[in-house]
Amino acid sequence: MAGYPEAHPGLPTPTPLADDGRGTGWTSNVARSRNTGDLIFQSLTGLGAVVVVAVVGAILLLLLWKSMPSIQRFGLGFITSSDWDPLHERFGAWPSIYGTLVTTAIAMLLAVPLSLVTALFLVDLSPPWLSRIVGTGLELLAAVPSIIYGMWGMTVFASFMQRWIEPGLAGTLGFLPLFQGQMNGMGMLTAGLILALMILPYICAVSRDVFRMTPGVLKESAYGMGATTWEVTRDVTIPYGMRGILGAVFLGLARAIGETMAVTFVIGDNRHVAASLFASGNTISSTLANQFNEATGIKYSVLVELGLVLFLITVAFEIFAHLWLRRLRNAGGR
Amino acid sequence: MNSALRAPWALIVCAAAVVAPSCSKSDTLTINGSGASFPYPIYSKWAYTFQQLDGTRINYQSTGSSVGVTQVKQKTINFGASDVPLSEQELDEAGLVQFPLVIGGIVPVVHIAGVEPGTLKLSADVLAKIYLGEIKTWNDSAITALNPDLKQLPDISIAPIRRSDGSGTTWIFTNYLAVVSSDWKDKVGVGKEVSWPAGVGGKGNEGVAANVAQIEGSIGYVEYAYAVQNKMTYVLLQNRKGRFVAPSLESFAAAEAAAEKTSDWASAPGFYVSLVDQPGDETWPITGATFILIHKEQADAALAGKMLKFFDWCYRHGADAARGLHYVPIPAGIYGPVEATWDKEVRAGGKPIER
Amino acid sequence: MAATVTISPQTLRPLAETMRPRSMAWRRGVDLLVRVIASLSACVGLIALTWILLTVCIRGGAAISWTFLTQLPTPPGVSGGGVSNAIVGTCLMTLLAGLAGIPLGLLAGVYLAEYGKNSAVASAVRFAANILMGTPSILIGVFINVLLVSPPIGLGHYSGYAGAAALAIIVLPVVARTSEDMLRLVPDTLRESALALGCPRWRMTLDIIFRAARGGLLTGVILAIARVSGETAPLLFTALNSEYSVRSLDEQTANLTVFIANKGPSPYADWQQMAWGASLLITLGVLSLILIARFTLRERKS
Repeated sequence: MAGYPEAHPGLPTPTPLADDGRGTGWTSNVARSRNTGDLIFQSLTGLGAVVVVAVVGAILLLLLWKSMPSIQRFGLGFITSSDWDPLHERFGAWPSIYGTLVTTAIAMLLAVPLSLVTALFLVDLSPPWLSRIVGTGLELLAAVPSIIYGMWGMTVFASFMQRWIEPGLAGTLGFLPLFQGQMNGMGMLTAGLILALMILPYICAVSRDVFRMTPGVLKESAYGMGATTWEVTRDVTIPYGMRGILGAVFLGLARAIGETMAVTFVIGDNRHVAASLFASGNTISSTLANQFNEATGIKYSVLVELGLVLFLITVAFEIFAHLWLRRLRNAGGR
Repeated sequence: MNSALRAPWALIVCAAAVVAPSCSKSDTLTINGSGASFPYPIYSKWAYTFQQLDGTRINYQSTGSSVGVTQVKQKTINFGASDVPLSEQELDEAGLVQFPLVIGGIVPVVHIAGVEPGTLKLSADVLAKIYLGEIKTWNDSAITALNPDLKQLPDISIAPIRRSDGSGTTWIFTNYLAVVSSDWKDKVGVGKEVSWPAGVGGKGNEGVAANVAQIEGSIGYVEYAYAVQNKMTYVLLQNRKGRFVAPSLESFAAAEAAAEKTSDWASAPGFYVSLVDQPGDETWPITGATFILIHKEQADAALAGKMLKFFDWCYRHGADAARGLHYVPIPAGIYGPVEATWDKEVRAGGKPIER
Repeated sequence: MAATVTISPQTLRPLAETMRPRSMAWRRGVDLLVRVIASLSACVGLIALTWILLTVCIRGGAAISWTFLTQLPTPPGVSGGGVSNAIVGTCLMTLLAGLAGIPLGLLAGVYLAEYGKNSAVASAVRFAANILMGTPSILIGVFINVLLVSPPIGLGHYSGYAGAAALAIIVLPVVARTSEDMLRLVPDTLRESALALGCPRWRMTLDIIFRAARGGLLTGVILAIARVSGETAPLLFTALNSEYSVRSLDEQTANLTVFIANKGPSPYADWQQMAWGASLLITLGVLSLILIARFTLRERKS
């Protein structure tokens, strides 16, 4: 029966409050408790964890299996080659990889700062009623089907880009090779912008909740010492929630890398790597979306291998984020 | 019960509610087909009408020709649809029967200020050179020579729009280009997806249409239904006879009739007869049929019977609906040989199917 | 000769510069600037949101009618078509996907936040969840197709169950990662007080920690459900679509997203309008879900 310490033998006294990141020590002691409810619960959580790993493992195995013919035929040169001739069966992944990296970079560069600052607005600056409406509205952006982003992008947004944004950029920053060349409204820049729009709700909604969960006592002590709102955010809220914010950023990144339909409609398809952002391009996902339904034989295998490459790119980002988080944790002394 | 323990019960109740409908099955037959998106509108119209007459549910989904072929080979669907015909060898290996169900046309469309639909004349050679990237501006002498009565073709560059996704429409278009231009055949070839020497890609017919609408000086190729419904600026294409023809149901049907005269549909393996670049005064050069694939060995005789009854109905009673949606129905002369093949080749448990 | 540093006013001044407290006016100025930027950014988000929603509402609004909600789809040119079967199919498959994916995701999140923490095993699980989140949905569709649809391993036909499975795989990592992050933000003091009072671990997590983090947990669930309700590619390989009413999840099941993918890019105006109508339905459906969920779990003012 809960409530009395003597009913639960083996429960130790809690140790001091500081969390050095490795747990406070009582967790391992508690795990020894023979409370069956705890054991069941812990096993269930373990089950959840195992399912995640099992699914990823299974998908990886499938990708490897189905892409074997392509790996055997094209080898490592596949990654750097820009060939794409389906009739003569020459394929290369580089334009798709390049497009994935560029569109994701554009999306992240725009969406991350915008989301964080919007989250700040929602939590600290706006009145509660406005915060609720705007917050719900942003979550709604996540609900719009990606194919609609694609169709909206292709019909409405591309014209806007062609008439206003692209000439504007060419006029002001046209000395850069990034903003030269024919302006069709469809291309890597448009795709990057639409991706930014799609990942904005994810990063923003999660950051908003992270900001909200900063313990009031920490913020209030800072305010009590005369800090301004921005200073509290910069020095208290963000460091406290850094892990959560990075999680939100990764959520957005994962979405941007894997987004298929929206990008496919506006990126145009180009098998050559071009310097200009106005040019058409391809991402790995758009190549998959375009070609998967009509692929047979070696081409099917090539497309699955592209999927495998995307898997590996995500792994690379993951490792980078992990190292960065560890560096932050060590530097911050938490 | 507190909230934490209530949750699992709620889950179980919900799960039961979701699974319950599966436990009862009614006895209306559902026949599943998938494949080419080109004929999707007409197949869906035929299926709808057939269900009202017969009760059988024909469920056709547009997934792409290759998916349709793969699925019918795997038997995850009952019939597949492909714009690209399979070779005799592939048909024999997979144990499939192939026959055409409807015909349609592909139309080049342009976006040039001042040019009205049906006024610009292009020849096969010029079209091929445009897509090869060899003719680069609209006021090129090759084009102006064909269009003496068009006042001024502007000195702007041509943007050839093509499909970014693999598709049967591209296959028919490149098939045509390969037939009329040996250059195209050598340099590029025929396929659902090719290595395009020039141009901008759009996803699907609607992507090509959107690109053409947006880019001044562009030319693209779309299915006829698209060109008509969206009132696009179609061109007059020169056929084998040398005449400049406008795309229409009549000119597509003329292509089919010409093919019937010169080739023998009945004995062609898989009933595949190329309809591109046919002789004749009024033939439209870029025409193609789309095919259905079914297994020779059918597991369920009743289902196979209904399926063949549906296709028979499409042939004999579906012509008006086809024309209404801008397709050309298969002419009556073909029914006989096709149905003879059904009777001869398609079996369930060793016995022929009754329709 | 070794360089020496002499302490003099000249050397001290740079030091003093960095340590000089900024004036109040400067700090207030920076604060104001940040406020303005934040409000403007929120506006940018709002403008984009309004633009897309307006497009969906205007184009889709014309399609919504009682017929649209209750009838089966019709071919082009035949009026009176609707998406009743697709609505049912999407609801059933999303519900099933949620039933499978959300609890598993929450459990995985609890494992990562409470039990595994920074151990090697937990790092591997977190790694796996991040990878899964980034996998293009088309590949998840292919995966389930091989597993549940195509022979030799699968059932040999498309099914709504396969569709739900594919959607559940998309839901799982999103819920797992966001719930882990949210649970981590709950201060340990709460856990310690609960345990000190003798609360069993599982009770503490479910009743106390979940309640403390519930806003954030709900956000993760909402984002996951919102995302799968708009996914097309995974369903294309698993449940495909159907023009007829949903009789059983053991056959091809109608759904709104593949409906949109089929009808949206067609040349026919009535079909295009139905596609926009379906998009509006998805958006409204998720909106109602959000409102109901937030209302049910709203913070009680104490």
